[in-house]
Amino acid sequence: MRPKTALTAAAVVASNVLGNFCLSLGLKQAAPLTASPLSYLSAFLSPWVVLGVALLILWMLTRVALLSWADLSFVLPVTAAGYVLTALMGKMFLAEQIGPARWAGTLLIVAGVALVSVTPPRTTRAARPAAGESAR
Amino acid sequence: MKWALVGVIVFSTIVSDLLQSYEMKRHGEIHFRRGGLPRVFGRLCLRWRLLLAVLFLALSFFAFMKLLTVADLTFAVPATAATYVFETVLARLLLKEQVSGRRWAGAGLVACGVAFLAL
Repeated sequence: MRPKTALTAAAVVASNVLGNFCLSLGLKQAAPLTASPLSYLSAFLSPWVVLGVALLILWMLTRVALLSWADLSFVLPVTAAGYVLTALMGKMFLAEQIGPARWAGTLLIVAGVALVSVTPPRTTRAARPAAGESAR
Repeated sequence: MKWALVGVIVFSTIVSDLLQSYEMKRHGEIHFRRGGLPRVFGRLCLRWRLLLAVLFLALSFFAFMKLLTVADLTFAVPATAATYVFETVLARLLLKEQVSGRRWAGAGLVACGVAFLAL
């Protein structure tokens, strides 16, 4: 794996895990969501929710960037490493209990990620970048 | 209700990912250089397939939140694991990616692992 692919995949995973973590923290403190759109808007008063949404936007951008040179069938399993980090963060910061089934699931995901990450990221022909569309 | 929501989540996630991958393959590799990235991402906003992908992603996100109000997380998480298998099949068929034995095995392991998380 190229360092660029590894670093971008790591950024995709980190922004997703931290984004969901902040969002969940903020929504737990906020008033419960109702059918009214106003309750969704008022959730944005929480700085945790704002930070969470910002991180999820970053997640979307880094993932789109990664998809510009890596296959979908590569990106999907490799970024599933986020499930593992979420479980570890829950254990470390939220003192959640992780049972044997969860550890088994976590190990299966790690094995899947390891298997896919040694395959070449791109198997289709690289598109010729159209003029002016790549970053300068 | 539960299964209808799962259907909406799985379907919209798949459509969103296929659209993103298809459009970004057409775009070609993004190069990280100082100062250029805001322009690149700004231009990406003009691509209708990516905008449609964001809409489907939002639909999937709100359907997931709705699902959490009518079902447990232990039901919601494994239900979304199905997308790994479906998307790998569709990446092979529609995006013409060469899915090697390792990738099939990896996607299968991840899907099983995600399903296990809910036990």
